[in-house]
Amino acid sequence: MAGLTKSGVIYDARGLVEPDPEPPMTAEIDGEKAVIDATDLTTRKINLELKRIVYDEGVNEVTIVNPGSKHSLGVGILKRCKITFEGSPGWYACGLIDGPEVQINGRVGWSLAENMMSGSVVVEGPAGSLTGAALRGGDLVIKGNVGARTGIDQKGGTIITLGNAGINTGFMMQRGHQIICGDANDGLGDSMYDGFIYVGGKIASLGVDCVPAEMDDSDHEFINRKFEIYGLGTPPELKKFECGKVLHNYDALEPSERKLVL
Amino acid sequence: MCGIAGIIHRDGPSDMGAELTRMLQSMKHRGPDSTGYAFYSEPDDLVTIRFMLAEPNEYGGFGFDEKIERSRAEVESRLAKIGADLVTIHSDTGYAFRAKIRYDGDLKTLADYLEDIPGCQVLSLGNSLEIVKDLGDANSVLEQYNLGGIRGTHGIGHVRMATESDVDLASAHPYWAYPFADVAVVHNGQLTNYHTWRRRLERAGHRFQSECDSEIIAVYLAEKLESGMDLNTAMKYSLDDFDGVFTYLVATSDQLGIAKDEMAAKPLVLFESDDLVVMASEEIAIRALVGREVDTRDPYEREVLTWQV
Repeated sequence: MAGLTKSGVIYDARGLVEPDPEPPMTAEIDGEKAVIDATDLTTRKINLELKRIVYDEGVNEVTIVNPGSKHSLGVGILKRCKITFEGSPGWYACGLIDGPEVQINGRVGWSLAENMMSGSVVVEGPAGSLTGAALRGGDLVIKGNVGARTGIDQKGGTIITLGNAGINTGFMMQRGHQIICGDANDGLGDSMYDGFIYVGGKIASLGVDCVPAEMDDSDHEFINRKFEIYGLGTPPELKKFECGKVLHNYDALEPSERKLVL
Repeated sequence: MCGIAGIIHRDGPSDMGAELTRMLQSMKHRGPDSTGYAFYSEPDDLVTIRFMLAEPNEYGGFGFDEKIERSRAEVESRLAKIGADLVTIHSDTGYAFRAKIRYDGDLKTLADYLEDIPGCQVLSLGNSLEIVKDLGDANSVLEQYNLGGIRGTHGIGHVRMATESDVDLASAHPYWAYPFADVAVVHNGQLTNYHTWRRRLERAGHRFQSECDSEIIAVYLAEKLESGMDLNTAMKYSLDDFDGVFTYLVATSDQLGIAKDEMAAKPLVLFESDDLVVMASEEIAIRALVGREVDTRDPYEREVLTWQV
């Protein structure tokens, strides 16, 4: 059938992606803008080229075409810049970034923006499981659905999902906000410590220690502002959830004291 | 970890050997220990048997060739005794064989009779299915077994990272659903109630070729199909009957299905077009086959999907 190609992944003798540390110098640079064609590049080469042009060439607007779902693309960029992926960057995209504004014109796989510290990532399609795992700051906007355990261990920042969210979304969330416009599957906010989750659709079930809360003016102001920034229109009617703080880890008694009480 | 992949060509047979290899090789990082394939072609009047007479780890020891030759002669003798007419037999490796036979009898009897020969493992039996598996990555298995020329309508494959059982051929996927023809399974995950189900199925008269939890899925599903249940329903039952984290693919001569457990802890990405259905643990495997940006999706937790080929 038309369009079937050979794999573009290259392995060294140990079965790992090739370890050559030199950037490929293939980006087309035009002033402060640049385009990287990732077709024939490995993950490592793409990231080396991206860092070269952002850090050494003063480029602040990069478009990566044909990313080919090659995994771990655009990671560890610690500078304000604009990065656009024309297509799917695969798994582990944009992890540990601090500052970039990332636009993904396609879908993403698992673990998008893990440990992201600041900046924004906007995905035009769906995202896989573990989206925004351990997110520390910045905004993550997913215009499609997200998979299971989105925002697991989230420590800050905001995750906005226009579609539905999978099982255990907000699992062990510690801080920050999640806005889910669609439905949420079982175990929403299970074992969350802090932070807020807003849901527009149906909720299959709440997780342990995740409880309903009252929406106030500051919630509406926050949500409206986020929707305005990203041009998302009018937010739907949302329900708010937070940590009930009744799990054992909120028990201030020492074991010996607990024995006396009980 | 392990990686799984599946292809359905809705527009007729394709180069299934080369295509599945590209997908599996792109997921080598998910499991370099062994690679396996279940190929399906148009059903044949003849029965195809894929079997091995020794583990590849044993290959080349003292007196090995003589032992294999004796075992092969015994296979041919037993096929004749059981009333199977041997049409062709050959080996690409010296220890793994492919035979075509004319046979109308009971497949369980045939499989049991052959596996009674020391060292003999029947990898697959059927009119449509052929299972090929060996140690190493997809490119090395492709080369070893000359898979480049294999054509098929659909197929599933697996790269294995050994975790809970040995690096050997008995633990490599896919698993044929002994003794049922043309049913094969590949699996990524762990079944935590494996022993419960193994005892239950053994009490029902089934035997297992390995200590690998994934084999349970194949036999479980085949037993349900044999009872008259359709594949989709059988797979839905499996979501309640199996504990653990799992995503698996199952194929029969005319169907292919996927199932994901309630925790969705093991990945799967799906691409579907008018002429092609492709699924894999990672999107990079789909891109290894389809050379353009495509819209893919992750099936959700507890999702079961089946396709008629």
